[in-house]
Amino acid sequence: MNRSLYAARRRRNGIMLSLSLAATLLGLGWLVVILSVLLWEGFSGLSLAVFTEMTPPPGADGGLLNPIFGSLILTVLAVLIGTPIGMLAGTYMAEYGRHDRLTSVVRFINDILLSAPSIVVGLFIYEVMVAPMGHFSGLAGAVALAVIVIPVVVRTTEDMLLLVPDQLREAAVSIGTPRAFVIAKVCYRAAKAGMITGVLLAIARISGETAPLLFTSLNNQFWSTNLNAPMSSLPVVIFQFALSPYKDWQKLAWTGALIITFTVLALSIAARALSASRKPS
Amino acid sequence: MVDVALQGDAVETSAVAARAKALNRLRVADIVFRALTRAAAIGVLIILGGVIISLIDGSLPALRAFGLNFLVEERWNPVTEKFGALAPIYGTLVTSFIAMLIAVPVGLLIAVFLTELCPMWLRRPIGIAIELLAGIPSIIYGIWGLFVFAPFLQDTLQPFLIATFGNIPVLSTLFAGPPYGIGMLTAGLILAIMVLPFITSISRDVFDAVPPVLKEAAYGIGCTTWEVVRYVVLPYTRVGVIGGVMLGLGRALGETMAVTFVIGNAHKVSASLLAPGTTISATIANEFTEAVGDLYTSSLIALGLILFVITFIVLAIARYMLLRIERRIG
Repeated sequence: MNRSLYAARRRRNGIMLSLSLAATLLGLGWLVVILSVLLWEGFSGLSLAVFTEMTPPPGADGGLLNPIFGSLILTVLAVLIGTPIGMLAGTYMAEYGRHDRLTSVVRFINDILLSAPSIVVGLFIYEVMVAPMGHFSGLAGAVALAVIVIPVVVRTTEDMLLLVPDQLREAAVSIGTPRAFVIAKVCYRAAKAGMITGVLLAIARISGETAPLLFTSLNNQFWSTNLNAPMSSLPVVIFQFALSPYKDWQKLAWTGALIITFTVLALSIAARALSASRKPS
Repeated sequence: MVDVALQGDAVETSAVAARAKALNRLRVADIVFRALTRAAAIGVLIILGGVIISLIDGSLPALRAFGLNFLVEERWNPVTEKFGALAPIYGTLVTSFIAMLIAVPVGLLIAVFLTELCPMWLRRPIGIAIELLAGIPSIIYGIWGLFVFAPFLQDTLQPFLIATFGNIPVLSTLFAGPPYGIGMLTAGLILAIMVLPFITSISRDVFDAVPPVLKEAAYGIGCTTWEVVRYVVLPYTRVGVIGGVMLGLGRALGETMAVTFVIGNAHKVSASLLAPGTTISATIANEFTEAVGDLYTSSLIALGLILFVITFIVLAIARYMLLRIERRIG
């Protein structure tokens, strides 16, 4: 009786632990499957023409130059708009208002914005920018992406500044440094690696974002540097091309997908390496 | 500080004035910087307020035209301008439910593997690999789902489900109809892969925070590893795990692009999981730029509002739960 109970417990243990191993293999398997399909489908389409030619009409040869350029512009602008706001807000939460009511409210709201559906951000920017201006524009797309950048940067800035030892602040204050200079000259320097990590993660996050761009920057078949006009971007072009019935458009969509994925993976690995090398333990 | 500087009578008046000016400048800089950071922090709140106000404002025409009926009306007809949100809401809930049904057990098991079984040197690489799954943009899941996963399901899993459950009363309605490949089941499965990393990484973090003493005590009285997980680790971390699950659910509800590719965009409430359907986010993504007429646009924005309210509640619960366990672990 006792022995059979013991055997049953061991058996259950064995089953559950095998299941957990199987689950892990399944998770890793998906990653391998997705990446290898992406490499298989995307790599064959990869050529110099992808980076030097415009998006083609169906049936013709072409590349992805204008969407790649558009994505770069939108991403850079979004980071330029979003990073300062995010860093300042994070600074307030970690430095001036550490024990404020405001800080805990902002932290709660920010965490929700961090995982809010990005398509809602697109609707928001459509309502406040596209509809009043009367037309889609690259600028609206950049602002929509900036709204996604802000929560990521706020979160990492606050976390990283909170890791800076208080002794550093106290030492700086004791020699008469005003608070703003303590933050700028001491805290920011100590937390630099972590804050850069946050920006990298934010770039990784927005470089694949499609939903907020669909009805803000829309799409543009031609080369355009006009921020006041619709602007092409890689994710939106992938969306359009992949759902088209044309084989060569689908091929370009795969190639674009490959470019985006490896950019994102490279960015997140870089961010991890950066934060791992400076992690205070 | 300024007062002290001015009292020093050994210092010449011009030097005193210069010093006072410098100190004043520093103080102004400090005040300005503080105000700036505070404004930015309030800016985060303004963004949320702006989202809510603009969504409510944009959806007013639709809500005025259809009232609460909007929530329970299935018809979605741009030609006659009759709109109802039932099909997208239904699709969103069903696909997210399928996703959670699969992702929660699998995600928790991976977390168990990572914290209890995995050799130390493998933990970090596997953890990072699982988190990379979270980093892959959703449009990649979409294109992969459309060209690879959906045809695969069409040839294998779906005919199998139809053949197996075709004669069982309740299940036959769940798996009725031809295997389209795309549909709610496919969308749910892809969502499961997408939210898996969120559930895994949060559960792993809270599992790691269980005091070793508790686990050692359980092992000491002869518990097996599974019993330790089941009776010590899970009860201790319950709140955190629920928080992680809710966070994953928030993601699944709002996920757009991956679903848009494989859901089929059909405004129909069908009992069969194999049938094409639509979700709130997929409807908006598919139709917004083509919507003509104020009522059409407004109905789509109203859908966005519904989605935002649902995810806001789910995410707020998630954050509250995670906050609670953070406080306990300290």
